[in-house]
Amino acid sequence: MAESTAPTKVILDANEAVASVAYRLNEVIAIYPITPASPMGEWADQWSHEECKNIWGVVPRVVELQSEAGAAGALHGAIQTGALGTTFTSSQGLLLMIPNMYKIAGELTPAVIHVASRAIATHALSIFGDHSDAMAVRSTGFALLASNSVQEAQDMALIAHAATLESRIPFLHFFDGFRTSHEIAKITPLSDDDLRSMIDDVRVREHRDRALTPDRPVLRGTAQNPDVFFQAREAANPFYFACPAIVQQVMDRFAERTGRSYQLFDYIGAPDAERVIVLMGSAAGAVEETIDVVQARGEKVGLLKVRLLRPFALEAFLSALPVTTRAIAVLDRTKEPGALGEPLYMDVVTAVGEAFDQASGKWAAVLERPRVIGGRYGLSSKEFTPAMAKAIFDELKKEKPRNHLTIGIKDDVSFTSIDYDPGFSVENPRVTRAIFYGLGSDGTVGANKNTIKIIGEETPCFVQGYFVYDSKKSGSVTVSHLRFGPQPIRSSYLISKANFVACHQFNFLERMDVLEAAEPGAVFLLNSPFAADSVWQHLPLRTQEQIISKRLQFFVVDGYAVARETGMGSRMNTIMQTCFFAISGVLPRDEAIAAIKASIKKSYGKLGEAVVQRNFAAVEATLANLQGVHVPEHALSTFNILPPVSSQAPSFVRDVLGVMISGHGDSLPVSAMPQGGTFPTGTSTWEKRNIALEIPVWDESLCIQCGKCVLVCPHSVIRAKVYDSSLLGGAPTTFKSAKPRWREFETLKYTLQVSPEDCTGCRLCVEACPVKSKSEAKHKAINMAPQPPLRENESANWEYFLSIPEMDRGLLSHTQVRDVQLLEPLFEFSGACAGCGETPYIKLLTQLFGDRAVIANATGCSSIYGGNLPTTPYTKNLAGRGPAWSNSLFEDNAEFGLGMRLALDKQTEYARSLVSSLSGQIGTALSQEILSADQSTEAGIAAQRERVSAVRRSLADTTLTEGQDLLAVCDSLIKKSLWIVGGDGWAYDIGFGGLDHVLSSGVNVNILVLDTEVYSNTGGQMSKATPRGAVAKYAAAGKSTAKKDLALEAISYGDVYVARVAMGGNDTQTLKAFQEAESFNGPSLIIAYSHCIAHGYDMAFGMKQQKAAVLSGYWPLLRYDPRVRKQGKNPFQLDSKAPTVPLRDYIYAEARYSMLARSDPETAQTLLRLAEDDVARRWEIYEDRAAMHGSDLGREEPLTELLPVGARAVPSDGEK
Amino acid sequence: MNLTTTYMGFTLKNPIVASSSPLCDSVSNIRALEDSGVSAVVLPSIFEEQLQLEEEYLDQDLVRGTESFGESLSYFPLLRDYNLGPAGHLELIRKAKSAVSIPVIASLNGTSRSGWIQYARNAQQAGCDAIELNLYSLVTDPMRTSSQVENDYCELVRVLKSSLRIPLAVKLSHFATAPANLAGQLDVAGATALVLFNRFYQPDFDIEQLEVTPRLTLSHSQELLLRLHWVAIIYGRVQSDLAITGGVHTVEDVIKSMMAGAKVAMMTSALLQKGVHHASSVLAELGHWMEEHEYESIRQMRGSMSYRSAPNPAAFERVNYMRTLSSYVLARKEAPV
Repeated sequence: MAESTAPTKVILDANEAVASVAYRLNEVIAIYPITPASPMGEWADQWSHEECKNIWGVVPRVVELQSEAGAAGALHGAIQTGALGTTFTSSQGLLLMIPNMYKIAGELTPAVIHVASRAIATHALSIFGDHSDAMAVRSTGFALLASNSVQEAQDMALIAHAATLESRIPFLHFFDGFRTSHEIAKITPLSDDDLRSMIDDVRVREHRDRALTPDRPVLRGTAQNPDVFFQAREAANPFYFACPAIVQQVMDRFAERTGRSYQLFDYIGAPDAERVIVLMGSAAGAVEETIDVVQARGEKVGLLKVRLLRPFALEAFLSALPVTTRAIAVLDRTKEPGALGEPLYMDVVTAVGEAFDQASGKWAAVLERPRVIGGRYGLSSKEFTPAMAKAIFDELKKEKPRNHLTIGIKDDVSFTSIDYDPGFSVENPRVTRAIFYGLGSDGTVGANKNTIKIIGEETPCFVQGYFVYDSKKSGSVTVSHLRFGPQPIRSSYLISKANFVACHQFNFLERMDVLEAAEPGAVFLLNSPFAADSVWQHLPLRTQEQIISKRLQFFVVDGYAVARETGMGSRMNTIMQTCFFAISGVLPRDEAIAAIKASIKKSYGKLGEAVVQRNFAAVEATLANLQGVHVPEHALSTFNILPPVSSQAPSFVRDVLGVMISGHGDSLPVSAMPQGGTFPTGTSTWEKRNIALEIPVWDESLCIQCGKCVLVCPHSVIRAKVYDSSLLGGAPTTFKSAKPRWREFETLKYTLQVSPEDCTGCRLCVEACPVKSKSEAKHKAINMAPQPPLRENESANWEYFLSIPEMDRGLLSHTQVRDVQLLEPLFEFSGACAGCGETPYIKLLTQLFGDRAVIANATGCSSIYGGNLPTTPYTKNLAGRGPAWSNSLFEDNAEFGLGMRLALDKQTEYARSLVSSLSGQIGTALSQEILSADQSTEAGIAAQRERVSAVRRSLADTTLTEGQDLLAVCDSLIKKSLWIVGGDGWAYDIGFGGLDHVLSSGVNVNILVLDTEVYSNTGGQMSKATPRGAVAKYAAAGKSTAKKDLALEAISYGDVYVARVAMGGNDTQTLKAFQEAESFNGPSLIIAYSHCIAHGYDMAFGMKQQKAAVLSGYWPLLRYDPRVRKQGKNPFQLDSKAPTVPLRDYIYAEARYSMLARSDPETAQTLLRLAEDDVARRWEIYEDRAAMHGSDLGREEPLTELLPVGARAVPSDGEK
Repeated sequence: MNLTTTYMGFTLKNPIVASSSPLCDSVSNIRALEDSGVSAVVLPSIFEEQLQLEEEYLDQDLVRGTESFGESLSYFPLLRDYNLGPAGHLELIRKAKSAVSIPVIASLNGTSRSGWIQYARNAQQAGCDAIELNLYSLVTDPMRTSSQVENDYCELVRVLKSSLRIPLAVKLSHFATAPANLAGQLDVAGATALVLFNRFYQPDFDIEQLEVTPRLTLSHSQELLLRLHWVAIIYGRVQSDLAITGGVHTVEDVIKSMMAGAKVAMMTSALLQKGVHHASSVLAELGHWMEEHEYESIRQMRGSMSYRSAPNPAAFERVNYMRTLSSYVLARKEAPV
């Protein structure tokens, strides 16, 4: 954070800049993670941990709540009691704060909420930026203050805090999510003295004087009746009337001190403009750049930037708008379906209307009211470019410009969109524009962030860094957009004309046109395993053509070889950064190299001298290996860039998802999108990502066919089948098979097959393999080998393998891992992290129950890898059945699933009544069979399916209303499995109230908690599942309290099935738990230990760590089955043995614990002791519980009589 | 009675030194060792590879999966310091020096020349009284000869000695073709003391899991014999002081070490097994024994059973080996059937 004597310039993103101001001006900071605002909380927590002080010399208290609703409540309480308080949020989080926002504003209490604005989930979730969140709270009474750049975000943060204290109106300060929150820029920082000078201590004391205190007791929060509520509501008006002037005064004081001047409405452009765009947020930068160019051509255009949207200052607006304005385009970055127009448009229409109605001021002499049109742009961070701004200005020239338009998309459904010329560019030739293609974690982004720092700090240049990430968590492509120039950079859009392009992964060329944005004469740097004299023949035709036609200067370096040789492993940050400086000419070479070294020292110094020296060595080796390529005159490559998906793919996958995969989703028209957000399943199989450098290879001679590799594979890329040997006749020559080790299948064949193009190379399977060669112990039954030489053959083998029929499910034991490997997974090739600890459980769920499962999925990792476009992993079997999946929200998933269950049950009930009443039509025997069907086994379910098919056949031509109704609901006669899936953030924190309620409902739902012990999806923030002693974000000092025992809480109900499982600890117990949970006719809860990348170790060892967690007693395996009470036995079954491994041996294999032991050994030691005590204490409780005698309850009574009312409502035939 | 001895220029109150072990990894333990009479301590080794590996692993663990996905650009908070590198060891040296009055010897175990020199200087700067180099390199390259390895050792000692102002001990492995010659070379290279011999982890096999598992067992008095043998042979032939480590458990072991020619007897396993107070018991017993046997000083007995002073020096040579074998054969033959 900024020091009290601030440097002239700093390089940071808006989240850090805003957090720095907010931290220094507050005492209580309530936080909760949500993208893209989480880093603000993370900074605050870290500074608090480091005991940084606010401007009054106090270390603010930073507290994480269980939800944004909780954060808002805590904020409300803190400010009511006289503290200065703040919070940070976004999107859904802001919606959860709304009730408290009304209260805070209604009570005229100063506070600021900083919002990295993000789309609100509607037809789909989006983590990207638009103003739909801020616009949703317009009526709360908060002042709404917008900032448009990193510099402004910092400045407005201070202005908001100063203005709230002076006006007593709480402020919501918002800036564009990602575009501003995550853009790195060079800005002038605000010192502590700047902050002090802007905050009036008298106002602070007045705030404290209004606080609730028993020393001056008052009562706040009365209930008012019709007689006075209205009047009391209007009593606040004077504060709102006064607020805009106060904000302007604060802005003026700010300008006086810093030289940066802001207005409530800032006008840019021709003083006599005829056409004006009105908008807020980062798009202002693109419009400003456009105005510079268009104005130079003699056009009279301007931009009115709205800063204070609420309270809307009519006079300030009219005064800022040139009186010459003839046409106004108001652009909203939000959508209000069904409204006459979007909010800002409506405000401007009203403002202009009132100006003319009143005919006051400078507008009195204007005879003709300017035309106002409204439009939408940039939803969910859709690009807004100068080309679009130009199109808007051009539209305003028209006699009848399009109103309620959209820009940036092709709307061929409602025809709202206007065209623009994508070739129009205002890129400044004096600005260096560089694009870098990298792979997540390969160091590309880190290197670029360093580059920005170096250039920003070592030169007078202004800098901008913006990073585009993939929708996948494994093997993801990152694209870095860097600009460096002599003037502040306003370009709030991606680079479309680059003078430097670097591709850090050679295999990207196979499928991506990385040179699309390269401008003529640009420099192209390629990380290539081929040297300068041989690389050319390995380039696709399109790439060769562009290099030639654009006369690119082409360089290669074998970054991975340099990394290997210098001990850098697979990280190339230093190497590729060195190349950039060596050939881009941004800095003199020697100066640049010295700066890189200084930066290495700074970045890695605390990680030790060895790391520093290794990086130094890499710099030197890079310079020796960087080669210029002589470019031939002709492109003669025999191959070209591959299509994104196979031509065999279904048309929707080919024409829509394929376009998205190729990176051209922006070009898809509105008509290509399913309305209402419904998508087909089974699409991930078409996205062959080829991200594994090595894949597992089966040794059929060693394999004992235990199925462990299949079970643990997080991506369903290892599968097994048993089949008739005659099927081998048409198999490819390299297709492997073995004699099955099942006695009953001995005459058949067994094959274990890997999908080479879908594997992520995580190595979890190899680590799980229990077999070692007797003559070479390192050789297992499955071993990693380089993918490229295997790809072609193994792809053919995989295709052939898929063509082999699936095993008859009825022949297999569904409680044996060995048999379960033969069940078809209906969850495959997700974008989860390589080696993910969650997905094996989900895959198992789909293997066991997938063809009749409905899944309610809480927001989080599992909703992202489960439902993030372009392709999704849930799929169907040959019969077309598979999981139906939906994500509602983060906070309400249990309730969402409950609703689904109730709906399914209600339809079953209705279908059963129709079967009864239509028995004449469908046959008495069939009706009876249907109504009394036992669906407790696979065979029973299959038989019921047959019966339902028979009903369909018999009613195919019915004209009876009841018959047609039965056809609509008859599938509900087949047993459905309802699963409520989510992570610990949902189950332990934000969704716990709902989860608890659903557990208490007695309704037959299955709840799977994928417990990674942190908010994994948002980057590892602490949850109540985080163990004591682990470092997490929001727990930088190590979590000081113990993990919540969710299992015991659920067990306390007595009639909830509860299991705690860890696949790596005991896979059979896991299987049993899934079967028991599903078969239990009431609420079931499975808490599944899920190793996670946020634990800080190589996930290849995830299952081993799971085992260590169990053996150390940290994760005792248990099952609590209320049905067992019926047998007079103790339902509490402890499935693991007393601890045999010291806790420290388990935990210190993970960086989340060991980093604390390094950073703060004494605290780590204290927490370890307490954690050991936690383990011992809990083990004692569990042992006692497991040793308790059985219950007499239920001995004489049938189980259903013991179940709560909700559960009894379902059919009592053993169905779920 | 005079129990004092000299070692690397220090006058020690008695010949029992605590050798490098986890016992010496905290100031409280070091203080307890001093209280129990130990005359000097050797701190746990700074392992160059371990420090480097720790740095590398932490670096990898903290960045794994970062900058890949827009919602989770990192997974851990940045902490101010990770205490990596030799900082923890150096801090221990500093604290130990201020906590005790006995000499504190730092121990280094390295692989690269730059690592040795850097850590040795760091340790000297942190205030240790002397440095003990643990020359344990596993030469797995079959192309490297023993003379190449020995030359490297000597060169390292020369370079280190010239860059340090404090005394330098060299701890040897018994894996040398000609230990006496190597001792001589190291003596010439500048070693202030030679410590015979180090003990180390040995790979063991888990035949159920087919895995190689490192293993370290505590020493027993039987292991002393090897040390006695070589100290007795080397004694008087080098300028360097000699120290025995490995197998020193009892008062007899201490006495034998002195008689072989060592100036100090280093103890670890016995202290780990019996506790720190064991040193005081052995010292008391040493006093009694010397009194009973009318020894005036340690100095008096030093080297009295060495190769050059023993009544039957042939016992140290090959002929003794043959005799032992034949007596074993005879014993077998004479044993009752």
